[in-house]
Formats: sequence, C-alpha cells, structure tokens
Amino acid sequence: MATTIRTVSLLPAFPILTQLLFLLPIAAGLFGVLLPALGYLPDLGGNQFHFEIFSQLLEHPALPHAVWLTLFSGIIATILSLSLAVLLAAMLSRESLTGNKKNKKTSLFAIIRRGLIPLIAVPHAAMALGLAFLVAPSGWIVRWLSFLFMGWETPPEWVTVQDPFGLSLIFGLVLKETPYLLLMILAALQQIRAQEYIRIGQSLGYGNSLSWLKLVLPQVYPLIRLPVFAVLAFSLSVVDVALILGPTTPPTLSVLILRWIDDPDLSFRFLASAGAVLLLLLTLGSLIFWRFSEWLIFQKCRNWLSNGKRGNVNEVHNLAALSGSLLLGTAFLSLLGLAFWSLSLRWPYPLVLPQRWTSRNWERHWSSLQETAFTTLEVGVITGIIALFLVVGCLENEQWRSVRFSLRSQWMLYLPLLIPQATFLLGIQILAVRMEMDGTFLLLVWSHLLFVLPYIFLTLADPWRNLDARFPKIGQCLGASPLRILFHIKLPLLLKPLLVAAAIGFAVSVAQYLPTLFAGGGRFATLTTEAVSYAAGADRRVIGVYGFLQALFPWIALLLALAIPRWRFRNRAALL
Amino acid sequence: MLKLENISLKIDGNPLFSRLNLEVNAGQVTTVMGPSGCGKSSLLAHLCGTLPSVFQTSGKIILHDRTLDNLPPHERKLGILFQDDLLFPHLSVGENLAFALPAKIRHQERRDKIEQALEEIELSGMYERDPASLSGGQRARVALMRTLLAQPEALLLDEPFSKLDQELRGRFRKQVFAHAVKNRLPTLLVTHDPADAKAAGGDILSL
Amino acid sequence: MNNIFNFNSATESGAMSKTLNFFIITIFFLLLGSFSVYGNSWEDISKKAKGQTVYWNAWGGSEEINAYISWVGSRVKEDHGVTLKHVKLASTADAVSRVLAEKAAGRSSNGSVDLIWINGENFAKMKENGLLFGPFTENLPNFKLVDFSGKPTTLIDFHMPVEGYEAPWGMAKFNFVFDSARVSETPKSIPELLQWSKRHPGRFTYPHVTDFLGSTFLMQALIELTENPEVLNSSVKSKAAFSKVTAPLWNYLNQLHPLLWRSGKSFPASISVQQQMLNDSELDIALSFNPSDTSAAIANGSLPESARTFVLKKGTIGNTHFVAIPFNSGSSEGAIVVANFLMSPEAQMQKQNPDIWGDSTVLSIAKLSAQDQQKFKALPLGVATLPPEKLGPTQSNPHPDWKNQLDAEWQRRYGQ
Repeated sequence: MATTIRTVSLLPAFPILTQLLFLLPIAAGLFGVLLPALGYLPDLGGNQFHFEIFSQLLEHPALPHAVWLTLFSGIIATILSLSLAVLLAAMLSRESLTGNKKNKKTSLFAIIRRGLIPLIAVPHAAMALGLAFLVAPSGWIVRWLSFLFMGWETPPEWVTVQDPFGLSLIFGLVLKETPYLLLMILAALQQIRAQEYIRIGQSLGYGNSLSWLKLVLPQVYPLIRLPVFAVLAFSLSVVDVALILGPTTPPTLSVLILRWIDDPDLSFRFLASAGAVLLLLLTLGSLIFWRFSEWLIFQKCRNWLSNGKRGNVNEVHNLAALSGSLLLGTAFLSLLGLAFWSLSLRWPYPLVLPQRWTSRNWERHWSSLQETAFTTLEVGVITGIIALFLVVGCLENEQWRSVRFSLRSQWMLYLPLLIPQATFLLGIQILAVRMEMDGTFLLLVWSHLLFVLPYIFLTLADPWRNLDARFPKIGQCLGASPLRILFHIKLPLLLKPLLVAAAIGFAVSVAQYLPTLFAGGGRFATLTTEAVSYAAGADRRVIGVYGFLQALFPWIALLLALAIPRWRFRNRAALL
Repeated sequence: MLKLENISLKIDGNPLFSRLNLEVNAGQVTTVMGPSGCGKSSLLAHLCGTLPSVFQTSGKIILHDRTLDNLPPHERKLGILFQDDLLFPHLSVGENLAFALPAKIRHQERRDKIEQALEEIELSGMYERDPASLSGGQRARVALMRTLLAQPEALLLDEPFSKLDQELRGRFRKQVFAHAVKNRLPTLLVTHDPADAKAAGGDILSL
Repeated sequence: MNNIFNFNSATESGAMSKTLNFFIITIFFLLLGSFSVYGNSWEDISKKAKGQTVYWNAWGGSEEINAYISWVGSRVKEDHGVTLKHVKLASTADAVSRVLAEKAAGRSSNGSVDLIWINGENFAKMKENGLLFGPFTENLPNFKLVDFSGKPTTLIDFHMPVEGYEAPWGMAKFNFVFDSARVSETPKSIPELLQWSKRHPGRFTYPHVTDFLGSTFLMQALIELTENPEVLNSSVKSKAAFSKVTAPLWNYLNQLHPLLWRSGKSFPASISVQQQMLNDSELDIALSFNPSDTSAAIANGSLPESARTFVLKKGTIGNTHFVAIPFNSGSSEGAIVVANFLMSPEAQMQKQNPDIWGDSTVLSIAKLSAQDQQKFKALPLGVATLPPEKLGPTQSNPHPDWKNQLDAEWQRRYGQ
C-alpha cells in the first residue's frame, strides 16, 4: 500500500521536472544571447552595456533584404501549408463520409492521405536535398523535359534552386509542413465530432465542402493554433533547409546569423547575438501579427458564416486533388532522386537515368555510415525514451490528480518550437562551454529533448486523455494498483498512439541539425549533420547516400509503429 | 455488511444529496432509484473512490469493520458492474478474467480457476477468444465473472442491465443476484428501471 | 610583427626571392629555437601519444579527402596507437570559434578540438588570439623533409610567419577547370576572361566571397588588374589607398557580373557546388585550388572525361595548407604524432596520388630516399593535370588585410 501511495504522490514531480528541464536551458540560452547583443561578453573584451551593436546590425548592408526574405518566405510558407492542409483535410473527411469507393477522385485522396502522412517522418534536410536536385536547372524535371520535348544541350538558364525570392525555400517548407498540419487537423477532427456537424450542415442544404468550411473549420482552428504557430516560427528561423534551398546573396536572417557565428573575426559574435535577438523579435512579431490576422479574418467572415448561402464548390475539389498529387509526387520523386544518386557512378546532364550504376558509394561509406547511423539511433532512442517517460508521467499526473496541465505550462512546453533555434542554442552553447558540458552526450540528449518532447506530448496527449476513463476505473475496482493499471491496461490500450508518438519523437531527433551541431560540440556526427555537411561538398552521390538513409530511418520507425500494434492485436477486433 | 453513514455529495457547492444513511446486509440487494442527474452513479463512484475531485464529499463508508474513505480504490474490495461490459479489448476472454484474479493464485491453479469460471458462465474453451467476437449476453457474463474473481466483499451495480435486450436482461439479472446471494455479498443496485428494483427484492431508496 | 617578413613573391623566380627564402629559413630556425615550448623528445611524445584520441576538425565536404583522412586514422592507429576521429566541418571557422569560445570560458585543458586543418586568415586569427599550441614542428622527424626553399609558403602563411605553430600538409594553386567538349579556346589572362564571358554569357561564375576561393578569385583579379601589385604585400594603408588600388577591380567586376551565371545576381556557395554545376553543364568554366583535383574528380565520376585545367599566363596564387593544434588540446601528443605522420613520404605520396586525392606534396623530393624519390616519380600525373612546367609562376596571397577589406567591399557592392 505504501508503494502505491508513493507512486501516485511522486506524480506531481513530473510536470515540475519537465518544466525545469525546459525553462533552465531556454532561460539560460536567451540570457546568453542577450548579453552579447548588448555588448557584454568579457571574454571578447565587451565589458559595457550599450546599443551600438544593434545600430551596427541595422546598418549592415545585407540586413534589410535578409529580414524581408525571412518574413516573406516564412509567412508565405505557413499560409500555403495551412491552406493546403485545410483543403486536403476537407476532402479527406468528405471521402470518409461518403465512403464511396467507386469514385476515382476518392481513391486518389486515399492515396494522397496514405502517402502524405509518412512524410512527416522525413527530415527536412533530406527532403530539401532531394528537392534541390529535382528542380535544379540541370535537375531531374528539366532532364525529362529535355529528353521528351525540348532537347536542350545545356540546361536552360532558369533560376530555380536558391532563387532570390526564396520560392524554392518556400516550396521545400510547404512540402514538409503540409503533411504535419494535415495530421494535426485530422487528429483535431476526432475531438469535435466533425462528421455529425457535416451531416447537420448537409441536412440544412449546405454542400459537403461548404459545411466543412463553415461548421468544422472554425471549431478545428483553435485546436491547431499551436501547431500553426510552431510551423510559422520554424519557417522563419529554419537553417538547414535555407542553407540548401534558400538564396545566398543575401540569405535569410538565420543563415546570416550562422555565417556571422562562423566568421573567423570573432567580433562578429556580437553581431550574431544581436541578429539572434532580432530574429526572436521578428518571430514574436510575426506570431502576434498572425494572431491579429486570425481575429480580423474571423470578424470579416462572421457574416459569411451565417449568410445562408449554400451550394458546393467543385473547383475546390479539383484544386485539392491537384495540389495533393503535386505535393506527393514531388516528395516521392525527391526521395527517389536521392536513392538513384546514391547508386550512381556518373549521372551527367542531360541523362534522365544514371549513366553507370554502382554500389561503390554505399561501400565506401559503409563503416562511417555504421558509426553515424548508430549515433543517430542512440540519441534518437534515448531521447525518445526519456521524453516518453516524462510525457506519460505528466499525463498520469493529470489523470490521477484530476489536474489539467495548465495552458501556461502547455505553452511553455512549446516554447522551444516557438523561439528561433539559432537564438537560444547560441546562448546555450556559450553557457555549456563555461560549464564544460559542451560536446557531452548528456547535453546532446538534453538539447534534442527540447524539441522531441513537445512533439511527443502533442501526439500523445489527446489519445491519452480520450481513453475511456472507465477502463482504468474498473481496473481499480478489480484491485489493480495504479502502476499495474498503467502497464497492463493503459499502455497496451494506447500502444498505437504510444508507438506513433515515439516514432515521431525519433524522427524529430533524427532531423535536428542546429542542436546537434551546437550541443554536440561537433563530436557527434548524425546522419543529418553529415548530410548537411556533405551538401556543402555538393557531391550528389554522397548526399544521396546520407540523405536517403536519413529519410529511411524515421520512415522505418513509423512503419514499425504502425505494424507492431497491428501484429500484436491481430486477434483483437476492437483494436484494429 | 456495507454501511453508509451521513454521506453528502456536493458539486461546486450545490448539494446532490445529503446525509444519506444506508445499511446493506450480506446477500441482500438494496436498490437506489432516481432520475438521471440525481447523483446515483456519483454515489457509486464515491464508494469506489473514483469520484473526480470537483465533488466535495462527507460521511463515512464502512465495509464489514473497515472504513473505506481513506483507502485508494484498488484496496477497497468493492466489485462494480457498469452499463457497458468494459471488457479490456486488448486482452483475451481468459486474460480479462485472469486480470481480476489475485496474484497469489499461481501457475496451474490460476489456469484451473479461470477454466472453471468460464465453465460456470457457459463459455468453456473460450480462454483465447477475442472479447469483441462474443455476443452481448456472453460479454455481460464475462464482465460479471471478472468482477467476482477479484474476490470483492461487496457488489456495486451501476445499471448493468439497461443495455441488454428484454429477454437477456431478465436472465442476466437472475444470475447476478444469485451470485450475490451465493457469495453473501452486500449489493447496492443503482437503476431507473422499477422492474430491476422489483426483481432485486430488497430495500428501495429514492434519491 | 609580420611586416618584417614582407617579401616580394608576386613573381617567385629570381635571385632576390632565393636570397629572401634563405633569410627566412634562417630566421625561422632561430625563432624556433627561442620560442619552442616543447622540449620533449620525439620518443617521449610518441610514448604519451599512445592511447590518446585525437579529434581532428577538418572540412568534410569531399568524400575523397574524408576517405584519405580515414586512411590516416587507420595508419596512426596501427603505428602509434592513436585513435583519430574526423570531425567533419562545413567551415574551418566553426572550429576556430569553438576554440575561442572555450578560451573565453576559461577552459585551458581538455578542449574539444585537438587538431585543425587550417591556413591563412583562420591561422592568423588563432595565432593572434593565443589559441595555438606550440611551436611544435621543430622536433618532428618528418618536418626536415619539407621543401622550405622551393615552397616558401610553408613558412609564411598569408604573410603571417608560421613559427612552428602549424605543420605544412599540402600545396594549393589557383587554376581554372573547363569542359573541353564545350570550350575550345581558354582565356589566358583576367581581361581575356571578360572577353570570353562576352562571347559566352552565363557560362562562368565564381563562388561567393564567403568561400575562400571566391575571395581568392577577387585577389587573383586584383593582382593582375592593379597598377602596382607590390602594395598588396603589406597591409592596407588607408581608405583612399584601398579605393585607388582596387578601382580597376570594381570596374572589371561591374563589366563581368552581367555576363556571369544568373547575371551575377547570385553566386554558388563553394567550389564544390561549382564543380557540380560544371558537371551538370550549367557552367563551362569553374575554379579550383588544386591542380590535380580535376583528374581526381574525373577518376571518381564527379566530372566528365573531357574536363581539363588551365592557368593564367602571368601566374596564379598559390599557398600551403597546414594542421595546427589548439592551445587546450588534451591530446596534443597524439595530435603531434598525427601531424608528423601527415608529413611522412608515405602519407604525402598517398595524398598526391590523383586516384586518391591529388593534393601536391609539401616535401622536397630531393631530401627523400632514393626509393621514395622513385615512388614519387612513378605517381601518375592525372589526365587533366598540367605538368609542373606548364603550371606557371606562383603568386603569393596578398596581405590578409586586403582579403578582409575586399570581402567587405564586395559584400557592400554585390552582396544584397
């Protein structure tokens, strides 16, 4: 009896521990970047607080364009991803409503759904690397065009990859963020009984899509606001995708900051810190701007919601089908391109397939691949386990003590996703070096945890809260202790969401570039850091090897997460 | 004997009922009746110790000579049956029963007990069956047997018959009450169906 | 203090420079004697090195170089029991700033970087900030084999005296790469490059100045275009002087840029990206800093069989790249052992082989054993590599001051 009391009374420690694990590095990171931005970094001779660095920053010739580029690419990418995700979700819920198997478009949407969701597991860098080859002026698309129609001897002088407006960067972001937002919307739909509202809308004479837009979307949006914010913040501050697809003269602000950090002239660190603070302000400003726009749009649309206009829009359906197929096709071809490159010896323009195939690229890298893959796996698995442990602890605390994770603490959990990575990671690095913690495995796992845990929480919280509370109750009445209920009832019943959350956490860990670079002190090479550093070398065959493997790892994890419960419960009809 | 002394239930300061006193003797079935929302299910949840903390409670629950109020739910030894059978969907029929059986019964004896229990509810040989593949009546019987195997000292019935069809309901009711009498369990039935109360044959309390 | 070592090497040949070289070597050894903090014998060092793990921070963008480094790792493990870990950098400055951050944080031992592939500006930065261990090269057995007189940049790195703080590793020389299947005549001077670009708009470009070869291209053009290249050997005297000296360069670039790839509105991030673009037929002419690189690239399929190289009539910039040890390395002995191995005939020969990497040796062939001399001579030249007599004169890098200001001015003019 004492032990059970103890287990339950230990639970409040989980949210506290989790919050500490989060607050500490974020606060330290922000602090560590704010001081140098204000001129204080005694190690580099900065002993006084002043605002000169900011005026220096604002006078930097590349800054205005970089800021414009950052805002433009980040906001447009978010608007596009959200619109596409909403469009696709509307079509998908229509399909599950009618259940019409004969309709060709319907089955197309089924393919889009099945294809798009696993894309959330593919790291941004791998997708960007694949996309870069696909759309380059000498890339796969141009090669096919040349082969089939145009017969170009030299590639056309098109400005695709790294275009000055950041369009390819936006495309790369949309490719990754749309599936993520789609998944978030689909999860939110399960909470609000969307189908019933659509049925009501239909019985009142509204078309399917219109019912969705007028009745379901206003309810769903508040539920996905946080993920949308995370997407916006991520798009504004992304580094790896911007390095691969973004413009170079000048680059986006985050890449500019990274260049300053890397500058051998160490006084640039002050400028980098000020830039990081500016990036934070831009991100916060954009979030506020976004929230305000939401409110404005809602006000403007109030009338539209109840104006009684009915009917249906079939063009929307076609648009969704087109954009969904386009996204899926692009993603598929990008990854296929990586795979082909990894198996090619020579693949010059304008050949549409490699001139010579080889396994040499894989063989040459086999031993370093093994080591890198193992590090990736090790960090991902350990971080995932710690995050799951903490998240389950927090959720159990919620249930046993009937307290809901407060909105404030929930926002805090998402803080790492809302604050630009470059901002607080730079500060953390400075602090970690002081504490001789840089380049340690502990710090590496910790920094990954900051990004893995929110995603695991986001994925697991709803299924956990929505589990029929009578199951644990009846377990109690049958004499089972809280621990036994956890292990024998809840965890098995929630096996699928649990494994999916773990797989997503693993994918997030695999994809981390800046945290691995900063916290790992360069001593831990993961598939992502290798892929990005090989991207600098521009040898597509090696990029293909690392990029493909980088994409393969999380994908296998997700596949396992879906297959294991299916196999485990193959004889349990209620759980299939 | 199950004894309730001066039980009061409030939610957000509004009383659902107050100063409820009740005694149920071994083998006896006492029925609590009332319209939905009167707090009869909350009363059972309070007895089990699973009432959410938004409720404020007072009073005393005594089972035989133990006071239950400060015990965690799983140490109260109260068996409960709900409207839904709530068989664990991830466990087989036999495993559902085994979950309830105390851990001190081990090895072959454990298996024997469960086989015996299955036989008793006319499901012999169905240890490995998926609960989802059983009929409604079969599932209800498994739920009852699962409750009994946990060796409770009292039985709480939260409208367990209301979802069964007319014919099944009568039969299952008989089985439940028979088990209550056979195991000499003080039994508290919550229902809004007068037929249930009549069949129970014990005291009737209206909330 | 590096002004003492100003010498005219814009044209390396001539009696003047030979005397200077001799002078430098003498000074160098004198300095070594007085500055050496490392009195331990080679035996002591190799004994201590055994079992150490050396984190070598080196640019990781080339799979040939990475493969070579991992070969070095297996060899030093075998011979000296040193475990070598290659920390693959996207930019050498990453490691420099890491060491600096450690110094700033007061970590004077057990730093995260043990060995660093470095030269020029990064070396100057580290040396000026006291971030380097040493001098350590004096006692190394293989150091004596280095060709100091023939390759003076092994002692003076971008006008910064090396003074034993870094060990020479390889030689680099600016050259152009072209696809002979598409290009019939190649320009022989910087002005001719402009003429060529007029005839072939969009088919040439140079890397962004954040890449070292981008700024090397600027310096190369400046040396050829400015009236009096000698001034480039000392620091920039004044703003006015800078404007005057560099005016012909900006005039040239203003004409060249509209003729470049993407009309000079954006630039490839590095020479590796440029090489890929040449391979993709997006460009006809690219840049390289290693005369045998192109042969190696053909051998591994990164460039077409028809790729060839050319240099400029008046010569091109050449320099040496080195390895250095940060002041707070916890495995300095291991790092020294690796540095020494890198200068061994075996490692240098392996490196010069175009099938492996194709990076020119820093050693003086004449100082080697007859057997090693034979082996060096037997090394294939590579199909696209110009023989030494056709490589033209080697020009030295302008003073780093020029590089910094050129980069900044370029950023101001074209960086937005």
